[in-house]
Amino acid sequence: MNIIQHVANLLIRSVFHADPASWPWTWLVQAVVIGIAAFLAFAFVAIFAGPVSWIERRIAGRIQSRIGPNRVGPQGVLQWLADGVKCWLKEDLVPAAADRPLFLAAPYLVFTGMFGAFVVLPFGAQVVAADLNVGILYLLAITSLVVVGLLMAGWGSNSKWALFGGVRSAAQLVSYEVPSAFSLLCVVLLAGTLSTQGIVAAQGGWPWDWFIFRNPFMFAAFFLYFTAAIAEGNRTPFDLPEAESEIVAGYNIEYSGMRFLFFLFAEWANIWIMAAISAFAFLGGWQIPGIAPEQIAATKGWEFVGWQALSWTIFLVKATFLVFVVIQIRWTLPRLRVDQLMITCWKYLVPLSMLMVLGVLVLLALVPEGGGADTILRGAMVGLGLAVVLVSALRVRRTFRVDREHYREMEGRDLWYPPYRLP
Amino acid sequence: MIPEPVRALLFYLCAGLALAGGCWVAFARNIVHSAFALLATFAGVAGLYAFLSADFLAVVQLMIYVGGVLVLILFALMLTSRIEEARVSNPTIGLVPGAVVLIAVSALLVYACVKEFGGTTDLPPGEPTTAGIGDALLSRYVLPFEVISVLLLAVLLGAVTIAGGRLRKPAPGGKPGKERP
Repeated sequence: MNIIQHVANLLIRSVFHADPASWPWTWLVQAVVIGIAAFLAFAFVAIFAGPVSWIERRIAGRIQSRIGPNRVGPQGVLQWLADGVKCWLKEDLVPAAADRPLFLAAPYLVFTGMFGAFVVLPFGAQVVAADLNVGILYLLAITSLVVVGLLMAGWGSNSKWALFGGVRSAAQLVSYEVPSAFSLLCVVLLAGTLSTQGIVAAQGGWPWDWFIFRNPFMFAAFFLYFTAAIAEGNRTPFDLPEAESEIVAGYNIEYSGMRFLFFLFAEWANIWIMAAISAFAFLGGWQIPGIAPEQIAATKGWEFVGWQALSWTIFLVKATFLVFVVIQIRWTLPRLRVDQLMITCWKYLVPLSMLMVLGVLVLLALVPEGGGADTILRGAMVGLGLAVVLVSALRVRRTFRVDREHYREMEGRDLWYPPYRLP
Repeated sequence: MIPEPVRALLFYLCAGLALAGGCWVAFARNIVHSAFALLATFAGVAGLYAFLSADFLAVVQLMIYVGGVLVLILFALMLTSRIEEARVSNPTIGLVPGAVVLIAVSALLVYACVKEFGGTTDLPPGEPTTAGIGDALLSRYVLPFEVISVLLLAVLLGAVTIAGGRLRKPAPGGKPGKERP
């Protein structure tokens, strides 16, 4: 039973004093609760996308040795609200030569595609809008609406830059869907189900129970998926659809005001979605170390709510960590050329991801779960993962130190170290 | 359980979406609008599949037709010049031949539908179908399944041969021409 049925039954029992199983209006209460859940998810997107836009610009400033927005509110934390109000008050321009209905409809399609993904994301032990049997397939399918929306925006704008951006974006999304689907296929093979909650339940709370550390092929599949997902989200180094230096701003060049903001909303929501998919498919999702999902489902009342909140927090921490990685990658790597983009996908990522599927299948047949070889593989992979995290942490620390020394040489005083102290 | 009127409403919403999209595809003067209207048709049909408890089919319908076929059609349209002129994109063959084709095709379709699906059946139970489809494809229908994959491979090779033949010819400068058509 998921949280929506839980809440609906609770409401029916306490407010209407009826038995949910036989009461004729149960479906209506459930529909209302689903509506409220949709609104909450909507609010989550908005509240997530806003501050992340500010965080991203601050991190960008820090990486590029400049300041970034720091005027509105303390350290500029309210910058996103100011931006929102500004875009809201702007005129909703439609170019005279544009294909009006297509131009107006495109942002909605893009946003629907992004927002539809939230239906199956498993936020917590029982916190999921709909635990579909075909959940992960649905995630891949609903994002195809985004492609159509971007093509619509590109065509409807009646501008060559917008058209280039739309066509590039469609080519990119269609190509990178292949390696990302193959990487997720590895996950489905291990979990034996397409349901998102089923995939989380097939993993465990401790790192050695996560799919990423199950065997070397899964370890590689995680990075393949992450790369392909960044490309699908049109993020640097794959942001050719909106390459400023080549086609100005791509598919959203003719848009203004809220319609423009909707494209950006969708972009930031997409960072969250790809981070969430990586987190639940490879990094154990909401699983609490040492607590089995059945134990959580068996609790009642406030204890139930507490466990839900804890699992929700764990999922949020994992996904947010990946969001920060995506932001850091954006401001670290240069953009690829169009031919390099296609070569990366079709000559490297696609064959590699097929190899990963084969490898996972072979290991699934040869290495029984829980045996000695399985334990050794998992241990080695956890060690490798720790090494990767350690090396990146040390490199970041070293960069900060070099930065500090340069600054001291130039200015004669300490600044920007530790890294959370911002100007 | 959802009561009957609400179910009927959902059904007519999906069916209406598919039908309205189909009409729009047929009657739009601008072929790009027709292509985008296909989205509504595909979504409506996916809704009908979901309504018939074919969850796997509904999602695959979205993935293949919206994510693959529709994007391919749009891609081809946008790379074609003068595509918005109705004379180029939607050439007509006149009213009389059109009416003959319409009557013939609709008679055939109505006959087939009534003969095969006439009468009513109960809705199938809402059970997951993915595992069943996988079992059927790899046991009873394994031969057609494999034949289709060989056919698709042949299509792929054919497309590469037709499209790639031109690219591999040496360019006038002497160096082999690559990628820039």
